[in-house]
Amino acid sequence: MKKKIAALTVVLSMVLAMVLTGCGGSSGKLVLNVYNWGEYISDGSDGTLDTIRAFEDWYEETYGTPVTVNYTTYPSNEDMYNKLSNGAVSYDVIIPSDYMIARMAEEGLLQPLNFDNIPNYQYINESFHGLYYDPEDMYSVPYTYGIVGVIYDANKVDEADVGGWDLMWNEKYAGDILQYNNSRDAFGTAMYKLGIDVNTNDKAEWERAADELINQRPLVKSYVMDEIFNMMESGEAAIGSYYAGDYFIMRDAQAEHIDLQFYYPEQTNFFVDAMCIPTCAQNKELAEIFINYMLSEEAGIANAEYISYACPNRLVYENEQYIQDMGEDVIEILYPELGDFSEKYNQYAYRNLTPEMLDYLNTLWENLKIN
Amino acid sequence: MKKVISNILTGLVYVFLFAPIVVLLVFSFNGSKSLSVFSDPSLYWYKELLKDRNTLETVRNSLLLATTATAIATAMGTAAAWGIDRLRSRWYRTAINTVTDIPMTNPDIITGISMMLMFVFVGRMFGARNSLNFWTILIAHVTFCLPYVILQVLPKLQQMDRALPEAAMDLGCTPFRAFWKVELPEMLPGIVTGAIMAFTMSLDDFVISYFTSGTGFETLPIRIYSMTKKTVTPKMYALATIIFFITLTLLLISNAIEDSDDKESRKQKNAKND
Repeated sequence: MKKKIAALTVVLSMVLAMVLTGCGGSSGKLVLNVYNWGEYISDGSDGTLDTIRAFEDWYEETYGTPVTVNYTTYPSNEDMYNKLSNGAVSYDVIIPSDYMIARMAEEGLLQPLNFDNIPNYQYINESFHGLYYDPEDMYSVPYTYGIVGVIYDANKVDEADVGGWDLMWNEKYAGDILQYNNSRDAFGTAMYKLGIDVNTNDKAEWERAADELINQRPLVKSYVMDEIFNMMESGEAAIGSYYAGDYFIMRDAQAEHIDLQFYYPEQTNFFVDAMCIPTCAQNKELAEIFINYMLSEEAGIANAEYISYACPNRLVYENEQYIQDMGEDVIEILYPELGDFSEKYNQYAYRNLTPEMLDYLNTLWENLKIN
Repeated sequence: MKKVISNILTGLVYVFLFAPIVVLLVFSFNGSKSLSVFSDPSLYWYKELLKDRNTLETVRNSLLLATTATAIATAMGTAAAWGIDRLRSRWYRTAINTVTDIPMTNPDIITGISMMLMFVFVGRMFGARNSLNFWTILIAHVTFCLPYVILQVLPKLQQMDRALPEAAMDLGCTPFRAFWKVELPEMLPGIVTGAIMAFTMSLDDFVISYFTSGTGFETLPIRIYSMTKKTVTPKMYALATIIFFITLTLLLISNAIEDSDDKESRKQKNAKND
C-alpha cells in the first residue's frame, strides 16, 4: 500500500512539474504577451513561415537572450476590449481595428510608441499617416487593411447590372440577395447607395437609410454574417457584400457551376487593423521590437499571404515574389487604384457613433427586423 | 401500427442527434477547401492539422488542464463524498449536498464572471498585473468538475453495506486500512465514472475558461471561437472528429464499467437471496 501511495505522489508531482514547465516560469526569461485576432498571423501551415517562432529565433540570435511569445487570440474587438479594460490581464501587443483604437486611445488604454525602436515604420505607405483614429500617428502601426465590395455570381447576374450598390436592390435578383445581419454594416450599404455620410448625427438621414432597407427587404434571401461564405460558395445566393480578402476564400471554395466575381462600388467602407501597445504592457521596448519585426520583409510577406488582406507595408506590396504568389488578378482587387487613400478613408470609414445615435440606429434596426 | 410510429420517432431523434456529427465527420475527409461541396476523399486536413503548431499547443493545453483538473477534482470529490456520507444529521447532509451542487446547476456564464471578478479582485489586492493565468483557470475547472465526482461517488457509498468496513475493523484492520481495502474498492466504479465525466466536462468547457483564462494559456475551445473573424478552417473538422472519437471511447469505457458493476451487484443480491 505504501508503494501505491508513493506511486501516486510521483505521478502527481510529475503532473505538477509538467504544468510548471508548461507555463514557462516567470522569472529570468523574457516573455512577450501578444493578443491578436484568430487566424491572423502566418502560423507555419502549408509550408509558410511561422512568424512567431521566427521572431523568437531571430531575437535570441540578435540579442542573445531567449524570449517566449505567449500568443493568444480573440474573435472581436469587443472581446479584446473587455478582457483588457477590466484589468485582469496585461498584454504587450494588441491588434485592434480603427474605431477601437480611437476609443482605447481616448480612454487612455494605449501608450504612445517610441518609433526609434520601429525603424521599419518608414516603409508604411504615406497614405496611412494621419488617419482619423490616430491623427498624430502616436499609438498605432497599420497591420492590414481592407475595403468592402460586392460579390456576385457571374453565371446568374447580368454583367450590365454590375457596378454600384444598386445591384443589391435589383428586383431581377429577388431572393438571391444577402444583406448583413448587423445594423452598422446593413445601414452602411444603404447609406453609401444614397450618398449619405455614414457617421452622420442627423436622425432624418438614418430614417432615409432605414426606408431604403425596408424597400430591399422583400428581395433579401436572408440576413447573414459568416454564413455568407457557405451560401455564396454553394450558389444558394448570388449577391452579397463583404471584404475583398474574404472574397478570395469564397472564390477558392466555390462549387463548379459558380463563378464568383467582385467589384468596389464608388463609396464604400474601409477598415484598418493596427498594432498597438496597451498601457498595461510589461515590456514596452520588447513589444516595439516585435512590431518592428512584423514589418520586416520576410515576416510581412508571410503574414500578408496567409491572411490575404491588403498590407500597407511597401516592403510587401512592392515585392515581386509576393505579387507572383498572390497572382496578378488578386493583387489588382486587393490594391485598387484609390488616389488618396487617407482622404477616402477619413470620409467613408465607420467611426464610433455617439451613444444616442447608436441607440437610435438599433431601434430602427429592430423595427426593420420585426415588421 | 403503434410500433411503426414509435420506430419512426426513435429514428428521427437519432437523426437529429447524430446528423450534425456525421456531416462534420464526412467533411473532415473532404479534399477541397469547400464547406458545401464534397469533392474527393482525402486526409489533407488531418495532415494540415498536424502541421499547425499553435492549434496543437492549445490541444496540449486543453488536455493538460483537463487531466490536472480531473486529478484534483476526483481526489477532493471522493473525500467530500466520503465525508458527506458519514454526516449524522440528515438536515446538514441535504444542505451540504445542495451547496456542492451549485457549481453544476449554476449557469456557466455566472460561474465564469463571478470567478473572474474574484481572481481580479484578489490579484489587485496583491498588486499583480496579470491576475489570470493557468492557475486561475485550473481552480475554475476543479470547481465545476467537483459536483460531478461527488454525484457519482456518493451513491456507491450509500449502496455499500455499512457493516463491511466495521467488520474489517473488527477483524483487526486499522481504519485507514479498512478504507483502503474495503471502502475504496466499493467506491471505485463511481470514482472512475466521476473522473471521466469531469475530464469530458473540463475538455469541452468554453464559457468558464473564456472568462478565467489569461495571457499565456489558451485552450482549444477558445482558439476555435477566435477563428470566427475569418472562417473556421476544415482543419477544425478533423480535430473535432478526433475529439469526438476520444470522448466516445471514454463514454463507452465508463458505461462498460457501470454495466459490469450492475451485474456484480445483482449477482451479489441473488447470492444473498439464495
